[in-house]
Amino acid sequence: MSENFETANDDEAPLEVLTLPLDGWHRQRGARMVEFAGYWMPVQYEGIIAEHLWTREHAGLFDVSHMGQLTASGEGVASALEAVLPADIAALKPGRQRYSLLLSEEGGILDDLMVTNRGDHFYLVVNGATKWDDIGHLREHLPDEITLNHLDEHGLLALQGPEAAEALGALGLKPAIAGMPEVAELKFMQAAPYFWGEVPLGVSRSGYTGEDGYEISVRGEDAAALAEALCAQPQVRPIGLGARDSLRLEAGLPLYGHDLSEETDPVSAGLAFAISKRRRAEGGFLGADPVLAALADGTYAQRVGLALEGRQAAREGALVMSGDAEVGRVTSGGFSPSLGRPIAMAYVAADKAAEGTALEIEVRGKRLPAKVVTMPFVPHRYFR
Amino acid sequence: MTTYYTEDHEWIAVEGDTGTVGITNYAQGQLGDITYVELPAAGATVAKGDAPCVVDSVKAASDVYTPVSGEVAEVNEALADAPELVNTEAESGGWLFRVKLADPAELGALMDKAAYDAFVESL
Repeated sequence: MSENFETANDDEAPLEVLTLPLDGWHRQRGARMVEFAGYWMPVQYEGIIAEHLWTREHAGLFDVSHMGQLTASGEGVASALEAVLPADIAALKPGRQRYSLLLSEEGGILDDLMVTNRGDHFYLVVNGATKWDDIGHLREHLPDEITLNHLDEHGLLALQGPEAAEALGALGLKPAIAGMPEVAELKFMQAAPYFWGEVPLGVSRSGYTGEDGYEISVRGEDAAALAEALCAQPQVRPIGLGARDSLRLEAGLPLYGHDLSEETDPVSAGLAFAISKRRRAEGGFLGADPVLAALADGTYAQRVGLALEGRQAAREGALVMSGDAEVGRVTSGGFSPSLGRPIAMAYVAADKAAEGTALEIEVRGKRLPAKVVTMPFVPHRYFR
Repeated sequence: MTTYYTEDHEWIAVEGDTGTVGITNYAQGQLGDITYVELPAAGATVAKGDAPCVVDSVKAASDVYTPVSGEVAEVNEALADAPELVNTEAESGGWLFRVKLADPAELGALMDKAAYDAFVESL
């Protein structure tokens, strides 16, 4: 028997696998640890399907401390960030969070990220496997008077699921600034600072599962106590990276390094929503020329969702066929625990991207029938 | 009936000239939730080391090698609707296929239970 595990950075295997603040906590709880983005990370606890379904029904706690947490501050920081991000940063109000992209000059996607206006600075969360390149890219393109700080001693926890608000509510967080909303009142893509007792936390109502939930930035030395307190709530179980992947796939959310790369552009990727109206009119961000041209002219390929017949899954790299013609390639695929059948994301030729188009996926010499479907595969349940 | 094991975590239980093949309990634990099993066709000829069977888990597809050469005599049809049998009954009801042995001498290269348990212990 042989396994083909996919890793996020197989071409850049680090010399030494690093540990994160919750390493011991995961091991104590019986997690199976794997190398991911240069760190030891929990891939599963009791089993991916059970963890996945628990998160959809209750609340799951995810350790995503491998992600890069950055702050950008200084005179003119909003307009400086607009030179590298296609988002309307000037219109992003304090306490608001937005999805954005780092683009190359050629319009390729270097990373996807979350940017939050924290009042006196901006807070960015970037992918773990790309964070060092992202920091280099940002430093290269931001003026010297903008201070970029890597919060490399902070952990990041995600609490996701329909019972997340109830569970976090039980911890009695207090807004750090009078007049700011309680955690229960935060709306999707809103953020604020809190105190859990003496412990400062940065909390946003966001996540990567399609469910309601929070992402919580915490000092490394406080991370284990916070994880412990959350998992002491009856609604909460710790969840590994395996279920994180199946949850985000069902939610139709792309994963950098798989569904997004420097070879993909925001328009083909279906991420044109991340390029604000004003920025489309004005341009002036890295990669603007090719991206605005793609918006105007359309693209050769489109990222689509595929629903497969039968039980066999199609994985990353599988060819998508229409008759004898190769029309695309799967970028993520697997068994959907919530739907009980396989699903996939693929880039396919634009004329094969319409909902309902019947295609086939080549898996181990067989042709699996598949149909283009609208994503998300499982409806989002954000708190708006 | 004698059961033999491979370093690739297959088992084969031999009775007369027929061997029943599956993956070990250790292997199913490593793979996690099995969602689909691709079985060979009955009557197919397989050679030792071929991968006539694929086990799909949530995270990956894994080849299953046949520990012996021969003709596929029967496949476990129950797995079509209940692939999770490979998790719950890896070394009994979750068997994959039966082979009519072409060369019983091939069994000599396999491990017995004690040797396999020691092998797993060493991983």
